[in-house]
Amino acid sequence: MSTTTTTPPTPSAPSGHTPLSVRSRGAGTRRIKDRVSTVVLTAAMVIAMIPLVLIIFEVTRRGIGVVDLDFITQREPPPRREGGGYVAGFVGTLYIMALAVLMSIPFGIATAVYIVEYGPNRLTAVIRFFTDVMTGIPSIFVGLFVYGLLVVGWGGLGFGTFVGAVAIAVMMLPIVTRSAEEMLRLVPQEIRNASYGLGARKWQTIVHTVLPAAGPGLATGSMLAVARGIGETAPLMLTAFGSGLIVTAFQGSAQGAVPLQLYRGASQPFEAGIDRAWGAALCLFALVLLFTVVARWIGSRGASRTS
Amino acid sequence: MSTEAPETPPAREDARRGTLTSSRGRLADPIFKWVVTACGALVLVILALMVLRTVSEAWPVFVKEGFFGFLVGDTWDAGGSRDEITGTYGAWPFIYGTLVTAVIALAIALPLAIMVAVYLTHMAPRRLAKPLSYTVELLAAVPSVIFGLWGLHWFLPNVLRPFFEFLEATLGWFFLFEGPVRGVGYLPAGIVLAIMILPIMTAIIREVVAVQPLEQQMAAYALGSTRWEVVSKVVLPSSFSGIVAATMLGLGRALGETIAVLMLIGGSQSWGASLFGTGSSMASHIAATFGEASPEGRTGLMAIGVALFLVTMIVNILARVIVWRLGQHTGDAAV
Repeated sequence: MSTTTTTPPTPSAPSGHTPLSVRSRGAGTRRIKDRVSTVVLTAAMVIAMIPLVLIIFEVTRRGIGVVDLDFITQREPPPRREGGGYVAGFVGTLYIMALAVLMSIPFGIATAVYIVEYGPNRLTAVIRFFTDVMTGIPSIFVGLFVYGLLVVGWGGLGFGTFVGAVAIAVMMLPIVTRSAEEMLRLVPQEIRNASYGLGARKWQTIVHTVLPAAGPGLATGSMLAVARGIGETAPLMLTAFGSGLIVTAFQGSAQGAVPLQLYRGASQPFEAGIDRAWGAALCLFALVLLFTVVARWIGSRGASRTS
Repeated sequence: MSTEAPETPPAREDARRGTLTSSRGRLADPIFKWVVTACGALVLVILALMVLRTVSEAWPVFVKEGFFGFLVGDTWDAGGSRDEITGTYGAWPFIYGTLVTAVIALAIALPLAIMVAVYLTHMAPRRLAKPLSYTVELLAAVPSVIFGLWGLHWFLPNVLRPFFEFLEATLGWFFLFEGPVRGVGYLPAGIVLAIMILPIMTAIIREVVAVQPLEQQMAAYALGSTRWEVVSKVVLPSSFSGIVAATMLGLGRALGETIAVLMLIGGSQSWGASLFGTGSSMASHIAATFGEASPEGRTGLMAIGVALFLVTMIVNILARVIVWRLGQHTGDAAV
């Protein structure tokens, strides 16, 4: 503060207290430490932002020249030839994601309904806990599981669209459940009571009142889950397996997907294939960002409406 | 959250006049309840099936090598047999690779996550705090294959490789930084992993830091503490268990990450002390060799998967128990 305060050499007042005007020992170091910590923490924040900026910049720069109409309508030529596109991957991803959404979102929301509307009891506590734990299961292990269960094991179905979708659905399920659970908890109790007061049964209340009230929130969670599922690669390597051709079969022949094709393109040494991989990365990233941002937007709109 | 009211309607006696008399209406409620209960139990069924299927699939390998022999053996030589186990299965090189990359990732991400979390809660200008934390969480949305592509074709040649060559030139006498620098290896995989686990760790630490009681902080300020003293002596010590939980969740992610590691770790089956050396993690080895593996080899990969699952489950359950005891809700980025 003021520099004159240190000049009076009176160390203590007669009462034994140190007057406030005397700066205690170490005050300078403490202030410097405080300043340094502020600078260091701000620098950490900047460092944490850098990777995202770099990734967005680089993916856009390398990908923008590759993505055109051909890229989404043509098949991929051998890696050293230029041109062509990822249509097989796009069709495969669309197919797999549609099936995965049909499987994971109804089950996820139903689980959340059970937890919120019929809980809390011991079973809901166990389900909640294991849903949380399930979010941490390695994606490659989910692939191994579906491979062991459906591709060769009891199912014996072989590689294909459906088993790939099952793997993605298993990845998405806990995300849908956890977010739906939080959204259902936000629905005010008065709305339920009003519905009961009109004579509605419990299932009628849930289906006609609670779920619509939580609608925007449920959409948010589902879209975040889709954004996560769309970029999953590892489980698909073991279930859909990958294909360069457009596959319309529901099950039985290996199916392609954008992330799989991207991985294969990026890990071979030919420049043309790597360029296409950047293009695919741009498309994938744009889709994921679109889903994430729209989901948050719907979520924040819904939140501001109910509050 | 119990909503008992409608289940015991007070007007039982004149029910024959109301809608409750129709048999369809009477059955609908229990049916609905059973359907949602079954959906809820599905999670448990899936997890049980996971354990059963993969363990039974991998069982022959564990029988032949012994569980600990499988973990510490350092030769992986998959046989080509169709229905018996003829090869040698030792997963140590992959376990080593997994541990090394995860430790590198945590060593970088943990301090950074703590600093970012503290910055966001205590120092960021009020208007910037939300967009900034949103941006960090956006990093969690980037698919791992894009991290791999970016890491392999931009970050590694342009940033990491020159940095590694510098490290090798100055610290090459130290066994961790022994050359040659090949580009891909444990260190680049660990660094990219650090970027990938940063968002989830930041999100959890931020929430734990944000709910520390304000009274204690105000009291510390009233005693004349600087902001740094409040953070380092009041806020962080009481956030310790949350930081532990975040570390374990980050560790769980780092152990199981596949594609980005696969593209950056080099994919060899050897192991060595130098961080510049190439290797494989458990997950990356499964993904790299699965396509061409024989049925017997796939059994071996299944065994690696089971070991990986065990480790990540233990780490995750510990982390979740800590988080639950804190009574925290993890944010969207954390799922």
